[in-house]
Amino acid sequence: MSPVIPNAVTPEPATPKIEFRDVSHSFDLGGETFAALDHVSLDIAEGEFVTVVGPSGCGKSTLMNITAGLLDPQSGEVLVDGQPVRGPSPQRGVIFQQYALFPWMTVRKNVEFGLKIAGVNAEERRRTAERFIDMVGLSDFADALPKTLSGGMKQRCAIARAYAVDPTILLMDEPFGALDALTRVQLQDRLLDTWSRERRTVLFITHDVDEAVYLANRVIVMAARPGRVHRVIDVDLPYPRTEDMRLSPEFAELRREVWHSVYHQPSPIERTSP
Amino acid sequence: MVRKTARSSPSATTGDTARNRRSTVPLTIGSGLLGLAVWVLLANSGIQGFPGPLEVAERAVASIGDGTLFGDLFASLRRVLTGFVLGIALAVPVGFLMGWYAPVRGLIEPWLQFFRMVPPLAIIPLAIVLMGIGETPKIFVIFLASFLSSVVSTFQGVVSVDSTLINAARVLGAKDRRVFTGVVVPASTPFILVGMRIGLGASWATVVAAELLAAQEGLGYRMQQAQLYYDLPTIFVQLIVIGLVGLLMDRLLLLAERRLTSWQERR
Repeated sequence: MSPVIPNAVTPEPATPKIEFRDVSHSFDLGGETFAALDHVSLDIAEGEFVTVVGPSGCGKSTLMNITAGLLDPQSGEVLVDGQPVRGPSPQRGVIFQQYALFPWMTVRKNVEFGLKIAGVNAEERRRTAERFIDMVGLSDFADALPKTLSGGMKQRCAIARAYAVDPTILLMDEPFGALDALTRVQLQDRLLDTWSRERRTVLFITHDVDEAVYLANRVIVMAARPGRVHRVIDVDLPYPRTEDMRLSPEFAELRREVWHSVYHQPSPIERTSP
Repeated sequence: MVRKTARSSPSATTGDTARNRRSTVPLTIGSGLLGLAVWVLLANSGIQGFPGPLEVAERAVASIGDGTLFGDLFASLRRVLTGFVLGIALAVPVGFLMGWYAPVRGLIEPWLQFFRMVPPLAIIPLAIVLMGIGETPKIFVIFLASFLSSVVSTFQGVVSVDSTLINAARVLGAKDRRVFTGVVVPASTPFILVGMRIGLGASWATVVAAELLAAQEGLGYRMQQAQLYYDLPTIFVQLIVIGLVGLLMDRLLLLAERRLTSWQERR
């Protein structure tokens, strides 16, 4: 079933951090089959920041859930460090659009949750949590309940929670999608800042073309019906990314390119059988 | 179907703002005074034997004095609390099992829905025949009443736990057991507490009725006796005590609910 992928195709390191091999998944919606992902193959290198952008229904979230191990693909497989993904693992941190903080726990308890499961002792838990709460700038709110926090603060708390268990991969599913434009830009800068200091492999789903270009080494543009990789666009802008860069002609050109491939996609292909 | 409703917590309806509560206080007092006035009017209207507030108050003092009021109250409370605690103790695990394991739900739900439609009081004749006329049938019926009314809301609480929270726990490394104790249980507490309030209300209603049918002491029994002797003041005393104690228990649980679920975003 698994296709032969010659290693020569990947110019970079021998084993990619994340490897999608011919991943397909469809949902049954009221008797109608909906191909969320259709033969998606993709390599992501260690430490890379990859954004995935595409119209709704292109299977972005399905891709994320499969990578997180929350969903088993119907065919094909996802490899992380060469090992197939079997169920969720704290090695792959996930940040959800709806924050998904435990509302009955304070910020501190939320951040400590994963550490507690890992069996880390109370003192070390507290120290680690403190470090990451500080990293996202929530020190003054460590003992606050989520209901008292703004959307942006909640998402910062969720980022601290994901970082606390020291994942090698961060999977972010439209994490800033529910935030206002200003907060979103601030969090993007914060995230890049964090990422440059605590380097992880990031797979970041978004529907915002600006965001996709601003954050990424590489933008994956997906197409819908069936969900598939449409184009891969390298972003050759250096880090750290700055506000000036957002306004540069290079950025504008990349954004135009991504925008074009997101919004002017070939019409849905009819596939009889794979 | 429940995913959407999960957003609005069950106790959100009771979460009135402080401003609202303050403005209702004068109205509550006014309403009490008005009720009292209506009572006095009724007592003076010449209905045969209808007692006024003073007469009832005198009877209340008298029955406190000779110990019957508290004796009856404790007898009733003991039954209610025993039955209620047993009912909740079974309802919570059963509700969790039903919510967590679909087959358990499939097996239990038809019976639950059936017995929910049978008023617990209708079980009394059967319970008396099978269990005699002691405490057992009464406690059993109360147990049934509180179990049936709280098991459904516990189950409802479990199935409406936000799946994103469960996923969030799983990606942080939580296995089933941890997901259950760490996420499902706390997330469904608001529902369980609402179920407990409903259950306690049902238990209280059931105990009084059960005592009317068969008992040697208790608030319901005392009313039944008073009815035989056309003793309306005593009936009034019992009714008021039943109402006040029920209200007090409900408020206590509401307070507990507010404290235990203060983390909820009330909208």
